[in-house]
Amino acid sequence: MNFQLRIWRQPNRKSPGKLVDYEVRDISPNTSFLEMLDILNENLLRAGKEPIAFDSDCREGICGTCSLTVNGEAHGPDHPGAVCELYMRKFRDGATITVEPFRVGSFPIVKDLVIDRSALDRIVQAGGFISARAGSAPEANSVTVPKHHADLAMEAAACIGCGACAAACPNGSAMLFTSAKVSHLALLPQGHPERESRVLKMVQVMDAEGFGNCTNTYECEAVCPAEISASFIAKLNREYARARFRRSMGE
Amino acid sequence: MIGTFDAKIPPGPLAQKWRSHLDHSRLVSPNNRRKFEIIVVGSGLAGGSAAATLGELGYRVRCFCFQDSARRAHSIAAQGGINAAKNYQNDGDSIYRLFYDTIKGGDFRSREANVYRLAEIANNIIDQCVAQGVPFAREYSGYLANRSFGGAQVSRTFYARGQTGQQLLLGCYQALCRQIAAGTVQMFPQTEMLDLVIVDGQAKGIVTRNLRSGKIDRHAADTVVLATGGYGNVFYLSTNARGCNVTATYRAYKRGALFANPSFTQIHPTCIPVSGEHQSKLTLMSESLRNDGRVWVPKRKEDREKAPGEIPETDRDYYLERKYPSYGNLAPRDISSRAAKEVCDEGRGVGPGGRGVYLDFADAIKRLGEDRIRERYGNLFEVYEKITGEDAYKVPMRIYPAVHYTMGGLWVDYDLMNNVPGLFVIGEANFSDHGANRLGASALMQGLADGYFVLPNTLPNYLAGQTGKRPSPGAPEFQEAEENVQARVEKLLRVNGTRSLDSFHRELGLLLWEKCGMSRHEKGLREALQKIPELREQFWRDVRVPGNEEDFNQSLERAGRVADFLEFAELMCMDALERDESAGAHFREEHQTPDGEALRDDERHAAVFAWEFQGDGQLPKLQREPLHFETVHLTQRSYK
Repeated sequence: MNFQLRIWRQPNRKSPGKLVDYEVRDISPNTSFLEMLDILNENLLRAGKEPIAFDSDCREGICGTCSLTVNGEAHGPDHPGAVCELYMRKFRDGATITVEPFRVGSFPIVKDLVIDRSALDRIVQAGGFISARAGSAPEANSVTVPKHHADLAMEAAACIGCGACAAACPNGSAMLFTSAKVSHLALLPQGHPERESRVLKMVQVMDAEGFGNCTNTYECEAVCPAEISASFIAKLNREYARARFRRSMGE
Repeated sequence: MIGTFDAKIPPGPLAQKWRSHLDHSRLVSPNNRRKFEIIVVGSGLAGGSAAATLGELGYRVRCFCFQDSARRAHSIAAQGGINAAKNYQNDGDSIYRLFYDTIKGGDFRSREANVYRLAEIANNIIDQCVAQGVPFAREYSGYLANRSFGGAQVSRTFYARGQTGQQLLLGCYQALCRQIAAGTVQMFPQTEMLDLVIVDGQAKGIVTRNLRSGKIDRHAADTVVLATGGYGNVFYLSTNARGCNVTATYRAYKRGALFANPSFTQIHPTCIPVSGEHQSKLTLMSESLRNDGRVWVPKRKEDREKAPGEIPETDRDYYLERKYPSYGNLAPRDISSRAAKEVCDEGRGVGPGGRGVYLDFADAIKRLGEDRIRERYGNLFEVYEKITGEDAYKVPMRIYPAVHYTMGGLWVDYDLMNNVPGLFVIGEANFSDHGANRLGASALMQGLADGYFVLPNTLPNYLAGQTGKRPSPGAPEFQEAEENVQARVEKLLRVNGTRSLDSFHRELGLLLWEKCGMSRHEKGLREALQKIPELREQFWRDVRVPGNEEDFNQSLERAGRVADFLEFAELMCMDALERDESAGAHFREEHQTPDGEALRDDERHAAVFAWEFQGDGQLPKLQREPLHFETVHLTQRSYK
C-alpha cells in the first residue's frame, strides 16, 4: 500500500509548526500505524533528514503514551483503541493521511507530535488516591464489595490516561479523565473516607490547569481507547454537588 | 571486587527467617528519616511502590523514570494476575505450597529463603492493594475471585480483568502521587539514568540525562535503588515496551555491580506470531487464556495449510495435554514454549511461515457459551482481532512464543542489596526470586513485595550506619561520571555513519533469538560470541544518530540503549555457555532427558552465576554462589 502523509513538524514549544508532506510506499496492510511511521523515519534518516518525533511505548494500547490525531480524530479511525493499535489495513490504498499531535491548550507541544501531559498527573496528585499506608491494610476479604460496584469501578479504572478525551473535546475538557478516577474511587467502600475532599481538590486543579468544561458533546466517549462511559461525567457532577452540599452543611 | 559477595541468609528455620531478620535489623527513627536522601530509578510496580512507601515513612525520595509519567512504566502491560496463598478457594493452598511451586517452577535455581519470604508477603500485597482501591474481580457475594495459572494446581491468582498490571500499577502510582503532593517524593519524569556514582566504595548517586532538554545532571544521595525492569528488548522483538532497556543495570555492572544469571530469559508461550519484518514488538496474549483454550497443531505436516475447521479431531495433536496430562494446557511457560517450538520444527506449525500453533476456544465456547468467554477474555480477543484481523470466537487463535521476561538481573543479597554497598535492586531488575523460569502471576507479586514490604524494612539496615556520609555532587567521582556520560553522548553523535539504529538492533536480536533463545548449544553460542563484537564494531563505525544533544532527541536516547545491548548480549551468551546444563528457560540442547526435558546438573551448577566486570575488552570474572536447599528436595521437574 502507498500513502501520502501530511505530518505536523514543530522544532520546539516556542517555534511555529507546519504540516509537511511525505510519502511512504509498499507498506504491508499488517503494518501498524506507528510501524509505518518507523518506516518513514528510517527513510528520512537514510535521506539525511531528521526523523519525526512521536511518542509510544507499550504499543499494545495500555500505557497511554501514544497520542496522535489522525485525520482529525484522536487515535485515528479505529475506535476503540489507541493509535498504536491502528493498522494500515484500515486505510484505503493511496489515501492521504494527516497526522497531528493532540491539540489541547493544557498539553503544550514538546516537539513535532510529542506533547506534555503532566497536567493529568497533577490532577491525580490533587487527590486521586486512597491514603492507605503500606502495612495498615486489613485482611482483603474483611470488606466485601458488591460485584456490581467492583465491576463499575473497574470500568472507570480502565482509563489509560492518554488525554484523547481532552483532545477530542471542543472545550478541551479533561472531565472524562477526572470523572473516571473520581468514580473509580467513590464506587469502592475503601474510597469513602476521602470521597468529598478528593472530588473537590481534583476539580479545582483540573480547572486551574486550564481544561474546559463539559457541554455534553460526547466526543470524549467516542474516541476513548478504554471505552470510558461519559455517564461517569454525570457521576462526577453528582459527586461534586454532593461534596459541596455536605461542605456547606458543615459536615 | 567492590563490597562483599555474601547472600547473608538469616539463620533459623525457613519459615522464621524473615521474622527473625526483622527482629534483629537496624532501624532509622522517624525524626532521622528525613535526613536521608534516597534515589529510586524506575516507577513501575517495584520502583513506584518503593518510592511511595519510603516517602510515607518520611525519607526524602527522588524518583526517576524515562517515561513522560510514572503511570506509564511497563508493569502496566501485565495482563493475567497476581498470586497469593490466601486459600480463599479452600483447594489446599498454603504459603509453603506457593513457595514450593515457585521454587520448582524456577527449576531449583533460586534461593529458598528469598522465595519463601515472597510467598509469605504475597498475602499482605493483596490486602494492601484492596485497601488502595484496586478493583480486583469479585464473586457475586462481594468476596474476591481467583483463577488458575500455569505451574500450579490451585486457584490462587487474583486479577482485574485482563489488566491486572495496569490496576496494580495505578494503585502504586496513586500512592506515589500522594507522596509527591505531600512533598516527600520528588518525581523526575523523562529522565534517564546514565551512570552510577560510587564514592568510597558505596553507591552514592547517579548521573542522569533529561530527555527533553538534553541536560546532564548529578544527583547525590545516601543510597540508590534500581527498579529499572528487565532487558528482554535485547532481542529487539519482545513483549516489552519499546523503551525497556538494560542501560541502568548495565551501567551499574560496569561500575562493579555483579550481574547474575544474565542468560535466564523467559520466552512466553502465548504471543501473537510475527507477521512481517517491520514489526516493532510482539503482543502477549495472557496465559490465563490457557485456562479455557486448548493448544494444538495438526498431526500431519501435510495438513498445516488447511483451514483449522477442516482438520477433524482425530487429526489434531493436543500436544500439551498429550505430553503433560496432569497440567495439560497449564504447563509452565518454559515447557509450553519449547513444546511449541518442537512441533513447529517438525514442520507442523500453522500460519504464515509455519511458526505458530492454535489456541482453540471452540470447546470452551460449547461448554460455557460465548458470553462467558467474552466476559473472561473479551478484551484479549479484541486485541487479537485488531492485530490479526481474525475473530478468535470463530477461528482458533494462532500463537507463538516470544521473549517476555528476564529472570536474570543484578545480584542482590537477602536484603536486596548488591555487592556494591548502598546499591539496592528490586523487581525484575534483580535476579533473586524466579530462578531459571518464572511462573505466571508472580512478577507482579515480586515487584510489589520488594517495593511495599521488603525494601522499606531492609534499607534501614544499611542507612542506619550512613549518617552524614552523603557526598556533595561536586565530588570528583561525580565529575568523572558526568564526563563519562558526556563523552559517550558525543561519541554516539560523532559516528555519523550510514546505518540506522534499528537495523543494528534487529540484527542483534535475530542473532540472539537464534543462538541464545529458546534453545542453545555450545557451537551456536560460540558463534554468537564471535559475531557480537563484530556487530558492535560496525555499530561504532557506521551508525547514524541524527540531531544534537541539547534537544529532545529520541534517536540519541535509543542509541545509548542499543549500544549497551550490544555489549550486554555478549555477557548473556557467555553466561549461557558457562552454564553447561539445562535449567528452566535455559535449555542447552546437549543436556536433555530422552523425552526432551531439561536436564539439570545439580552437582556442578546448583549455583547463581554472578559476573564481575573487569574492564572493556577483558573477560568478566565469574563468581558462583552455591545454592543450598535445606527444605525442598531437588527433583527433576515433572508436570506429567
